[in-house]
Amino acid sequence: MNWVGAVVQGVLVGGWYALAACGLSLTFGIMRLVNIAHGDLAVCGAYLTLVLSSALGLPVGYTLPLVLPIAFAIGVALHLLLFGRALRGGPLAPVLVTFGLSVMIENLLVAGLSADPRSLDAGRLALAGVRVTAFGSVITLSWLRIAGFLTALAVLGGLHLLLARTSFGRLVRATSDDLDTARLVGVRVRPVFATVAGIAVATAALAGVFLGMTATFDPYAGGLSLIFAFEAVVIGGLGSLWGTLLGGVTIGLVQQLAAQWDVQYTVLAVHLLFFAVLAVRPQGFFPASEPEAA
Amino acid sequence: MIEVDALDVHYGDFQALFGVSLSLARGRALALAGANGAGKTTLLRALMGAHLPSAGTVRYEGADVTALPPHDRVRRGIAMVPEGRRLFPSLTAEENIKVGAVRAASPDWPLARIYDFLPLAATVRDRRASALSGGERQAVAIARALASGPRLLLLDEISLGLAPGVVEQVYEVVRGLRESGATLLIVEQDLDRALGACDDVVCLLEGRVALTSETAAASREDVVAAYFGTEGPHS
Repeated sequence: MNWVGAVVQGVLVGGWYALAACGLSLTFGIMRLVNIAHGDLAVCGAYLTLVLSSALGLPVGYTLPLVLPIAFAIGVALHLLLFGRALRGGPLAPVLVTFGLSVMIENLLVAGLSADPRSLDAGRLALAGVRVTAFGSVITLSWLRIAGFLTALAVLGGLHLLLARTSFGRLVRATSDDLDTARLVGVRVRPVFATVAGIAVATAALAGVFLGMTATFDPYAGGLSLIFAFEAVVIGGLGSLWGTLLGGVTIGLVQQLAAQWDVQYTVLAVHLLFFAVLAVRPQGFFPASEPEAA
Repeated sequence: MIEVDALDVHYGDFQALFGVSLSLARGRALALAGANGAGKTTLLRALMGAHLPSAGTVRYEGADVTALPPHDRVRRGIAMVPEGRRLFPSLTAEENIKVGAVRAASPDWPLARIYDFLPLAATVRDRRASALSGGERQAVAIARALASGPRLLLLDEISLGLAPGVVEQVYEVVRGLRESGATLLIVEQDLDRALGACDDVVCLLEGRVALTSETAAASREDVVAAYFGTEGPHS
């Protein structure tokens, strides 16, 4: 692949990272919850799609209307049963609880569905591509990657509109600004947070579906997904959705450009970039505005 | 309208309120006075349900609301303007006000009437709360509380940090609220303003009620003595 191709592929792959990270960004930015199990929940989305697709004999795409509401419901239930209680237990409790959830999910998946690598059948989309010429170079782009990137843009744009333009979004932003005052003025925080958790898990599941269509996955794939998602959130700026997109695209670009040099350095290059950002600009490129005394 | 009976509130091992009792009838205004740390804000937060008491009861319009969460109390008609205004900084002024309307129980205060009553809030409606001046923030904070259609309004340190001219405007609003028939519980460091604006006064001293009186029946010296815990002229 040439350098121009690497840049374009990097942007497209970055869309997936942004999709995987946006739920993490939401739960951290709004609920101050660092969800260690986020990557595992994405993998659960891939397994759920696999199971439903096999059981119902449907193509992967047709299972999404079932997978996404189920994932949303799981997110709501997790908040009502676990996250909400953990958030009341001090800053360390959510980390420990979601770490425990991560371990539990991995072991349940191994016990129930084995540790064998799996993949989702993307049908004709799996091998379909388009050839484009840019800067004198011919690049072949996977429709699946393009679909993943466009889905990430649509999800992030939809979330932005939800938060900026709706009454629910207004409550979410108010709660994110000042939880205590939101309670004092009558906001029911629990359903707001439960809905946010539901949206976060649904976006993670969607990212898991694209992961399953573009690569193999196993019960332990969530760990690496979480690391990249976490890095995308930190690089982009904690709690900022568009910053998360930028963080995801940055990771994708660094990965693909490093691969042009030597494939074995792709993961290392991303981690070095992460450390560099932490050292130089720890708040990320586009941090959400910090609540201030008003 | 609201009756507080023998209320104890703890923060962990620290007890902030000791058997506090007071009552406030519909349409009246009560000044809650006391030095810093006397427990005024704690009492208001307990009345809103933000702190559940370890003992005692709160009855509102005849019903026991002691264990109700804040959103249920807002729905029943209690609203609070917190100390320091505490607007949501990333929201515009109007968005802040609409957050207050989330549990609107009464059509008494639609947005148009709020803007009519608080023109200052109307003029800054599209500006982010973080960019507002102290007086503008106070107007928006009062508007946010009114948006829930309250019958009982708790006002915490409404003149704190404001320029004298702005304080006068804020108390104009308070007088307007009184004329509209609202029941008010006002926490205020400025004793003269508090006594001038209210029918009744309760003075807290180190978490205990040191004085309960109609303002007309209590001299300024009595209140000051209760405020600082010194011997009063009539004791």
